[in-house]
Amino acid sequence: MEDLNSLLHGFSVVLTWYNIGLMLVGILLGVIIGVLPGLGGPNGVAILLPLTFTMPPTSAIIMLSCIYWGALFGGAITSILFNIPGESHSVATTFDGYPLAQQGRAAEALTSAFTGSFVGAFAGVLLITFLAPLVAKFALKFGPPEFFAVYLLTFCSFIGMGKENPFKIVISMMLGFGLAAVGMDTMTGQLRMTFGWSELLRGFDFLVVVIGLFGIGEILLTMEEGLAFKGKIAKINAKVVFETWAKLPRYWLTLVRSAIIGCWMGVTPGGATAASFMGYGMAKRFSKEPDKFGTGLLEGVIAPETAAHASGTSALLPMLALGIPGSATAAVLLSGLMIWGLQPGPMLFIEQKDFVWGLIASMYLGNIAGLMVVLTTVPLFAAILRISFSIIAPIIIVICAIGAFSVHSAMLDIWFMVLFGVVGYFFKKLGYPLAPMVLALVLGDKLEDAFRQTMLASRGSLTIFWSNGLVGSITTLALVMLFWPLITLLLKKIKLAYSRPVAAQSK
Amino acid sequence: MEQDKSPDNTPTKGLSIGMVDAIAAAVLFIVGAVMMVDNYQRGAGWAIDGPGAGYFPFRVGLIISISAAVIFIQSLFGKERNAAIFVRKEQLKPVLMVLVPTGVYVLAIQLIGIYIASAVFIASFMRIMGKYGWLKIALVSVGVSAIFFWLFEVLFLVPLPKGPLETWFGY
Repeated sequence: MEDLNSLLHGFSVVLTWYNIGLMLVGILLGVIIGVLPGLGGPNGVAILLPLTFTMPPTSAIIMLSCIYWGALFGGAITSILFNIPGESHSVATTFDGYPLAQQGRAAEALTSAFTGSFVGAFAGVLLITFLAPLVAKFALKFGPPEFFAVYLLTFCSFIGMGKENPFKIVISMMLGFGLAAVGMDTMTGQLRMTFGWSELLRGFDFLVVVIGLFGIGEILLTMEEGLAFKGKIAKINAKVVFETWAKLPRYWLTLVRSAIIGCWMGVTPGGATAASFMGYGMAKRFSKEPDKFGTGLLEGVIAPETAAHASGTSALLPMLALGIPGSATAAVLLSGLMIWGLQPGPMLFIEQKDFVWGLIASMYLGNIAGLMVVLTTVPLFAAILRISFSIIAPIIIVICAIGAFSVHSAMLDIWFMVLFGVVGYFFKKLGYPLAPMVLALVLGDKLEDAFRQTMLASRGSLTIFWSNGLVGSITTLALVMLFWPLITLLLKKIKLAYSRPVAAQSK
Repeated sequence: MEQDKSPDNTPTKGLSIGMVDAIAAAVLFIVGAVMMVDNYQRGAGWAIDGPGAGYFPFRVGLIISISAAVIFIQSLFGKERNAAIFVRKEQLKPVLMVLVPTGVYVLAIQLIGIYIASAVFIASFMRIMGKYGWLKIALVSVGVSAIFFWLFEVLFLVPLPKGPLETWFGY
């Protein structure tokens, strides 16, 4: 009940003309970001972050989180109309979305994608509303060892659950920690890894790295693929929308299943991309007609979109309650909080009630507004994609340069942006995941502080991570996650060894 | 590396993905090593009052070097090494056509300010890649720069790098 009251109070914070205006601007910008290649959730928010420094924090986070919703919605437009996923989490949407568009049913596909997204996001927000305060209350008991264990769990599950080569995930992550450590050490005041270069005193700003890796890197990749947009035409009218909505209750099981998968993948840092593929895969497995998937089923559009949005939304839960972002974009939002002087984590729910509940309330409103906006403006965004890439590409690079510069008003940061763009290009081509690097870069200092405080308390003994039930179980869980691929391999071998004699007898 | 070259691969010049992977791993190994050396000097062990400044980054560097060594071996001698070409010549060209001008653009920002550099940058892209007419080019490139100028200098009051022309305008 207390939470519901706080939520109602949150709505009263959000419902001012200024905030609603920012919400709409955020969603429109977000959809543009989601539609354009080279601009995505993480670097779109990173570029716009400096513009919000002058706003009150609550208004700023409302706008930024709405950009996030918009980007999630926008990815579906390019997937369905152009067969080009604007974001990696909308790859699975192309499987059935584009065939639908080819059959002239683009409007139906878009409507069901947006509605599925809305349902997924709504599930995520409900989860945040009721679970985040509890998690935060629980986390108030945490000391440095517990926090370090939770960080460890986050990073270990990245390695254990990741699809990429585990060593490449480790390298990407450790580079993030290394970059975070460059500059003045906060505890001893020593200069680390500056190599006598005074410009490096500041360290590498996370936003600059994100803009380079995701923005410039993506442009280079897109150029290589020789992208040409050839899209289907979309006309959405009220009749199609309502007809599609009438069909949707049939797919309630798919919606619920994908929403649960998404929420789980978002809270544990599995990411929206993995969630969307899993949602699609599950829908196919439980379907009565799995062969028809890929030929243009509405269910095949709903399943991945619902899961992606549920995951994208619930990724904000650990960010708010623990200060640990569940996705790259959540990591950018987290760094925004720190710039505004807010300390993310359990204390936020006590000290900054207005802010937290305002944000949660804006998630409800932002998603409803987002659904309305995208349904009415699809033709506009489809038109943006028809602009030639030779105009779009330089403009995106200009925007990235402005974004990188405005973080610290430092010329060197633009050069770093280009450097990280090249790094991003190579990493993407060689199968190094970028998200672990981004998370490690944001959390590096906090993780190191937690580790050093723990080591001080224990005088260098690692047994402190098993000193009580709570920290012990988190640490153990982290190690299980880290070696999860090995564990499953072992289980499979055991199973095979048992099943072999039986199979031989049956022959 | 001479053994089992896949015969069905059309002979194209260029490095295979596996080779580039190995080179990248070697570079990363050096990065890890440099981190270890630098942080060793900061005190990678136990100082009087707790872990030294280099304690944590030293171990991070160590893990990078070890992982990079594993990747290096995997990419050269592993079972699933990828013999496909990393980037073909006709793909590399458009990539460089973006990368090199971007470098020149950033240099230009430093010298003449971001607004003029951006207009020229957009214009040259449109001319060389898009083959647009001069009127359209002028409208888009100058228009975009003007919009950014209005957004950042007037509306949001975020100062961006400026050159002599903006100073002449009184900014």
